[in-house]
Amino acid sequence: MSSAAARLGVLASRVRFEEKNILTALERRGVACEQIDPRTLSVRAGTPWDGPQTVLNREVGHYRALYAASALESAGVTVLNTAAATAVCGDKWQTSATLVARGLPTPETTLALTPEAALKALEELGYPAVIKPLVGSWGRLVTRVTDRAMAEAVLEHLAALPSPQSHIVYVQREIAKADRDIRVLVVGGRAVGATYRRSEDWRTNVARGAVSERCPLEPELTALAVAAADTVGATLAGVDLLEEPGGRLTVLEVNDRVEFRGLQSTYGTDLDVAETIAALLTAKAGAQS
Amino acid sequence: MQETLVAPACPECDAEVSLGTDARVSEIVECPECRLELEIESVEPPLLILAPEVEEDWGE
Ligand SMILES: [Zn+2]
Repeated sequence: MSSAAARLGVLASRVRFEEKNILTALERRGVACEQIDPRTLSVRAGTPWDGPQTVLNREVGHYRALYAASALESAGVTVLNTAAATAVCGDKWQTSATLVARGLPTPETTLALTPEAALKALEELGYPAVIKPLVGSWGRLVTRVTDRAMAEAVLEHLAALPSPQSHIVYVQREIAKADRDIRVLVVGGRAVGATYRRSEDWRTNVARGAVSERCPLEPELTALAVAAADTVGATLAGVDLLEEPGGRLTVLEVNDRVEFRGLQSTYGTDLDVAETIAALLTAKAGAQS
Repeated sequence: MQETLVAPACPECDAEVSLGTDARVSEIVECPECRLELEIESVEPPLLILAPEVEEDWGE
């Protein structure tokens, strides 16, 4: 598997549809590439690394992805996305704060430093509202609270969790939205594709069985998605947008290790996402040497 | 049609899991019988182990 000459690496402990297709696209281009399994990775700080000097970070676990990127960067490796981008994208509060600082539209969000403070914040935001864990994907542990009694029950549960981070509560006003959201894939500062995700469930994650359909790349949508990816420093990003009543778009989330299986299937042969990513990586690696 | 490798057995239910010739080490596949996620530990010979849990993506 490992070749000393590999110039490109794909960091992943789970080779899913996305990773497999990116590796295949790189090989098709004749680029020496290597899958790097973070379960076998250790990096000495500040010491040149003898592995690939350009690495795409596809590790699923947030903390492992973050520290692998940081460690590789310390050894002089170029990592996409950067550790800094992963730190922002992987933490919902950091993402919200960054979007707001840039003046980009995003749902009204409050960070409460204790569950008690969260209850007060919820009363001010109004119900229904959404409580989300700071770190996490696929809509897991995201809770929609419709009234005070429910909020008290959820917050009591959070207060009982052992991790100090669980006691920091991210609360967001629920956008009264259509039964769909929009996922825009941004590669190297360009929106390459977008899908609507529809679901009966209020969480429109493809992992939860949402249906994906192609969404036209209108200029407003494209500009907002590209700006959001740029703001958080993500070269490769899945930007989740919602349509507010009245049609205004708002940025819900930016995913730095974006899954694109659903998007790829709606585009068929009109777009090769893995090839687009492979082209970007090859260009980055070329710029390094 | 895609060629298939010799089908290794699911470590959980012993069902045969057919792998394409483009199978990769660390690739995640699903057992057609028990639906468990499996990881390809080696391609030659084809060997499957239980897929790793995603340990810490949801913050607790
Ligand atoms: Zn099985």
